[in-house]
Formats: sequence, C-alpha cells, structure tokens
Amino acid sequence: MHGDQTVRKIMWGVVIALIPAMLVSFWYFGIGALLLTAVAVLTCLVVEFLIQKYLLKEPNSIGDGSAVITGILLALNVPSNLPVWMLVVGSVVAIGVAKMTFGGLGKNPFNPALVGRVFMLISFPVNMTSWPTPLVNRTVLVDAITGPTSLGIVKEGLAKGDSMSDIMTQLPSYAEMLLGNMGGSLGEVSAIALILGGLFLIIRRIITWHIPVTFIGTVFLFTGALYLIEPTQYIDPVFHLLAGGLMLGAIFMATDMVTSPMTKSGMVVFGIGCGLLTVLIRVWGSYPEGVSFAILIMNALVPLINKGFKPKKFGEVVKNG
Amino acid sequence: MKTFKIGGVHPEENKISAGVAIKNLALPKTAVIPLSQSLGAPSVPIVNKGDKVLTGQLIAQGTSFISSNIHAPVSGTVSKIDDMMDASGYRRKAIIIDVEGDDWVDTIDRSQEIKQEITLSKEEIIACIKNAGIVGLGGATFPTHVKLMVPEGKKAEYLIINAVECEPYLTSDHRIMLEKGEEVMIGIKLLMKALAVEKAFVGIENNKPDAIAHLSQLAEKYSGIKVAALKVKYPQGGEKQLIKALINREVPSGKLPIEVGCVVQNVGTAYAVYEAVQKNKPLIERVVTVTGKAIANPSNFIVRIGTPVSALLEAAGGIPDETGKVINGGPMMGKAVNSTEIPVVKGMSGLVLMPEKEAKRMKVSNCIRCAKCVSACPMGLAPYLIAQTSEIGQEEMAESLRVLDCIECGSCSFTCPSGRPLLENIRMAKNKVGQIIRSRAK
Repeated sequence: MHGDQTVRKIMWGVVIALIPAMLVSFWYFGIGALLLTAVAVLTCLVVEFLIQKYLLKEPNSIGDGSAVITGILLALNVPSNLPVWMLVVGSVVAIGVAKMTFGGLGKNPFNPALVGRVFMLISFPVNMTSWPTPLVNRTVLVDAITGPTSLGIVKEGLAKGDSMSDIMTQLPSYAEMLLGNMGGSLGEVSAIALILGGLFLIIRRIITWHIPVTFIGTVFLFTGALYLIEPTQYIDPVFHLLAGGLMLGAIFMATDMVTSPMTKSGMVVFGIGCGLLTVLIRVWGSYPEGVSFAILIMNALVPLINKGFKPKKFGEVVKNG
Repeated sequence: MKTFKIGGVHPEENKISAGVAIKNLALPKTAVIPLSQSLGAPSVPIVNKGDKVLTGQLIAQGTSFISSNIHAPVSGTVSKIDDMMDASGYRRKAIIIDVEGDDWVDTIDRSQEIKQEITLSKEEIIACIKNAGIVGLGGATFPTHVKLMVPEGKKAEYLIINAVECEPYLTSDHRIMLEKGEEVMIGIKLLMKALAVEKAFVGIENNKPDAIAHLSQLAEKYSGIKVAALKVKYPQGGEKQLIKALINREVPSGKLPIEVGCVVQNVGTAYAVYEAVQKNKPLIERVVTVTGKAIANPSNFIVRIGTPVSALLEAAGGIPDETGKVINGGPMMGKAVNSTEIPVVKGMSGLVLMPEKEAKRMKVSNCIRCAKCVSACPMGLAPYLIAQTSEIGQEEMAESLRVLDCIECGSCSFTCPSGRPLLENIRMAKNKVGQIIRSRAK
C-alpha cells in the first residue's frame, strides 16, 4: 500500500510556496521580473527536455516540476535588469551541468539553481551585483536607476572607513526590508513572502523546520554576538536576517531535499554550518553576500554529514524503566 | 497518549467492517489443511488416506521444538495427503478431508457458558495450549506454547496483549474484543498464570474506543490486567513498538521481548487459549475479516481452518469487478494471493480486496533523497541505503546497516514519493545477509 505523497506533489508544492515571493517581485520590479521568471523557467524545461531526449534517451520528466522550481529560484536570485541572455546561460548551466550531468533529479550533489547563480555571479559580476531600485520604472525593461544592496552598502561603507551610524542612514528601514522595498535580486527582497512560503512547506510536510531555523538562528546568534562585542564595527543581527538572500536561501535552497542531509541531526548540523559560513563570508569575505557559497559548501559536505549522523536506532540504547 | 517514539506512518484506516458482528461461515465441502501453519517445522500427519476423523481430532503432530499440532477442523474422510497450493503461493503438503456432517470429539465443551474458574497449574496450561495447536494469531504464527516457556536465566515480568490491530481494514481482533471480551480476559489470566506474571497490559489503539471501554470495564474484575489506549500509529502492532509504547522499554537489536521481561501475545490468541484450556477446544477455527472498499458485505467470519478463500469472498458478496488484488492479511504487510482456492489457515487474519486503481504500483522514479523513509522507519534504519545495497548487488553491506532489525512493516515503501520498492529490496538484502550469517556459523 502506498501513501499519497508523490514527487510531483512535493515539487509542485514548492512551486506554490514560491508564489508569494514571485508576486512580490513582480510588484516591486514590474515586467522585468515577470520576463526573467518566464525565461528562466522555460529555459530550464527546454534544456531538461532536450538532454533527456537526445543525450540520455530516456522518457522526459519535465512534468515533475523540479525544473520549474530551478527556473523560479534562478530568476529570484538575479537582479531584475539582468540581460536575458545571461539568465539563459545561467539556466543552461543549472540544469545542463549541475543537474542532468549527474543523472537528473535526485542525483545532483549541488543545488542546481545555486550553481547557476554562482556561475553567473562569477561570469557577469557587474550585471549580477547592480540592482534596480524597486517600484521605479516597473513598466520598462531596461532600468536606469540602480544601486547597491543593503549588504553592499554596509560592506563598502566599512571598507571606506565610514562610521556605522553614517552607514545606517543609507539603509532601508526594517519595515521596508520586511516587506521587500529594497534593492536586491527578485526574491531577496520580501522576508514576509518567503516566510509565508516556508510555513506552507512545513505544514504540507515538504520540509521540516530543522534547516531553516538552525540556519537563520545561527546567523542571528553569530551576528548578534559580534554586534554586542563591537557595535561600531558590526551591524545588528536583525539587519542580517532581513538583508540579502538569507530567507530565500534558508527556506528554499538549503532545504532542497536532494542536496541536504538525511537525518534530523544531520540537518541541524547542516543548518548551523550554512549559518556560520554565511556570516564568515558576509563579515570577513570579499563578497557582500555569502548565502549561496555557504549552501554550496555545505552541499559538498552532505555525504560526510550523512556518514556521521545516522538515524537513532531502535534498541541501540537499552533503557529499562 | 502513549505511542512508540521513532518513525511510524498514518495510513488511511478504512475499518469498514468494524461494526459488523462476527458470523459463522458454513462448512466447506472439502477442507484443505496445510501441514505448515506455524513457524518452524511442518507438522507430521498421523492419519492416513481413508481414515474417518471427527471435528477437533488430532491429525498432525508438531514433533520438533518449534512446531505445532493440527486438528481436524471438520468431520469426514481423509481423501488424500498431497501437495496443495497455500497462501505462500507454493504447493506444500496438506491433508484433504471430504466433509461429512459435523461430528465433534466428545471431550470438547461446545456450550456458550463462560467458564471463569482456573483450575489447571502453570505446566498444565502450557501443555493444554501445546496440545491444542495454538499459534500466534496476529499473523506471525509462532507456536504459543514455545513463547510461554521462558528460557533459563530470563524472567518474565509482564504479559503484553497485542490488541492494536494497526493494519488498515482489519477488524477481527476488534470484533473479538467486543463480542468475546469476557473470554479474552480469562484467556489473559491463563496466559499470566502460565508465565507466572502479576501484570498484563492490553494495548489498544484509540480508533477502537468501544473496545477500550468494554475491556477496561471488564478489567476491573480481573486483577493485574490493565487496558491502555494508544495513539493511532502504524506499526504499533510490531511487538517491539508495542512494548516501547506501553512500558517504554526497548528490546535490544537482535533480541527477543523476554530480554526486557516481556512476552507478547495477540488478543485473538488469548481467546484461543481460553477455548483450549477452559473448553478443551483445539484451534480449528478463527475470525477472518473480509473487506474492501467495493465489496458488497464487508464481514467478520468465524471460519473453520481449511475452508477455501473463495467461500469467504462469496459470502461477502463476491469479488467486485474492479478488484486488482486479494490480499492475505492487511494492506501494509499482507501479500496478494495468486489463487482464491487457497485454504484459510491459522495465521490468516483477513482478506482485503484492493481496487485495481489502488493495487497498481506507482511508476518508479529516482530517489530524491527526501529522507521520508528515514523518518518513517520505526527501527531507526536508513531504508534508502539498505535498498541500494541490493540494487547494486552488494547485499553484504547491509549487515552493518542493521538490515536484520527490519520488521518489514513497509512504512518506507508507503512513504516513498518516488514509488521505489524499498521493502522488496530490503527483503532481498535481509535474506542474503541471513544466508551469510548462517554460513559463517557453520
């Protein structure tokens, strides 16, 4: 007898959970966001279809929804004024290299969307790190007004030797950050929309709380400790939670079942690792944002975590009483 | 509410026949009585072709330590002793009796009167159970008397009565508790005396509130018996899970319940023990649930052993058109039968008719490493890994993954979104590892 869970239901469930974030991105960034999302999803589907048909010669599985997720996540990971062809390249890398090379869904060691994103970040650093201001020129595709992300403002300000209070004045308010009214990639903007999606995933038992909570919690505690030690040097932990891709990464990408550990204890270790690496990169690394790298590095450690953190076996601890 | 801690799943309960009273099924024309009806060695026939037998007469003996007696479930003439297909799907030795009337051995008390008073000693009770050919009626068919002989150096503290019936659809234990509650209680007292224990726990899942209420009320009259309601979770009827749920002890890997001072018996077995000891009636009939979403009359029948399955299906309204499989046992652990002419045996608790649509296997796709099987495994194993060892032909690797701890409950396959045949692959690994270990011992 079989339960009612299927891969299809899980994957389309993730797509549904991404809808609030997508809607917010369309609201703030207009048709640019819409176009990029459409292009990324379509490219992912086409690449997967072609590879399965002509290279792997196996029945296509594009209906399972996983390529759609990769497409949406890729779009949510880029600025809305990114030239379309760059996103096409990123999508080809994500599906073609990071997913299908390993045998398709379930066999890839790294999250395909993150591989695609990092590939674009390294290949097109300028386009990938200049962000259009939200709510401006939502109806035109080429956006003239661009600015740095909040994390970028902090990093550059500190590098120039500005005082933290000066930097703070250039940042959006927390309320704006919570809603998503700040510069950033499509899906790095609204924490509320992302958390809503995350709750949906947890209620539908598609993910468990372990990775998002430990990931976000670690970032909060680590940056909180730094802030308490030296508030003039480090920005407060709430900022770190709301800025950049933390919510998107912790809720939708670190929880990718294919590339995360198999046990609850392993997931906790994985989440903490992601959190630590994110802060290390954000605070001391040369990039303003570290979520993508942190997750990819932890993806690489998953086989090791699975070896180290086995399920708790019945009858292992003899407890009589 | 109490339950076990690790893993478990919640299949749809579908206890369609729960409200249907137990009915007697008519005698068959021919009874086919397989000689392998319990774990251990097959019984050895002591009748010959042409012999006249009475209902309840011993016809085959258990001769080795783990084996059981078999009695004629009907009266008539032994027409042959031959290989016949049984529930395993194999042709194995069976005694075939042409039914003539229903003449019982006269020492059997067939009255409905309830005999409360326990007069026999511990040893006499066990001997009685052994003679009556009683085996575990939950489906495992381990000879009951063997379980009651506590090995040297071990001590039984608790008798655990498995009345969980966690398999979806099945309701035979439920009906026995409602209709034979008093007898069940006396059966439990007999088992307690046989084990020399002061305490018994009856574990019943919370989806049977009427049975919980009924037995709890009866338990007031019987000292030492405690009825416990358990949260509904599959596979709570696994003995290790049940012990954990009731008294929070974990049977160590590779060990039996007696290691933690427990002996587990099914509630139907307790009823059979009552009949054997108090009424001198051997195990010649049992309650079988016949159910399914499309079947006309979901039923609980008292059936003589040896009755063909087809007779039960007929009595329940016949096999509906869209039936895909007839399952012997519950849908989680039961196996599809490949012929409806196989006979009812001691271990057959139910027949479930699964519609074509639900019986069909899902299309298998890649493992997406979702870890649902890991969360579902009640033994804390990593089903995906163990299954992989047989996929790649490296079953020996499964030993260190503790494949032998697997209780084959099927929670992993149930929960797998990719429809992978996890349990099938794990069974293969288990067999192989078992062989390896046996060859090592030689």
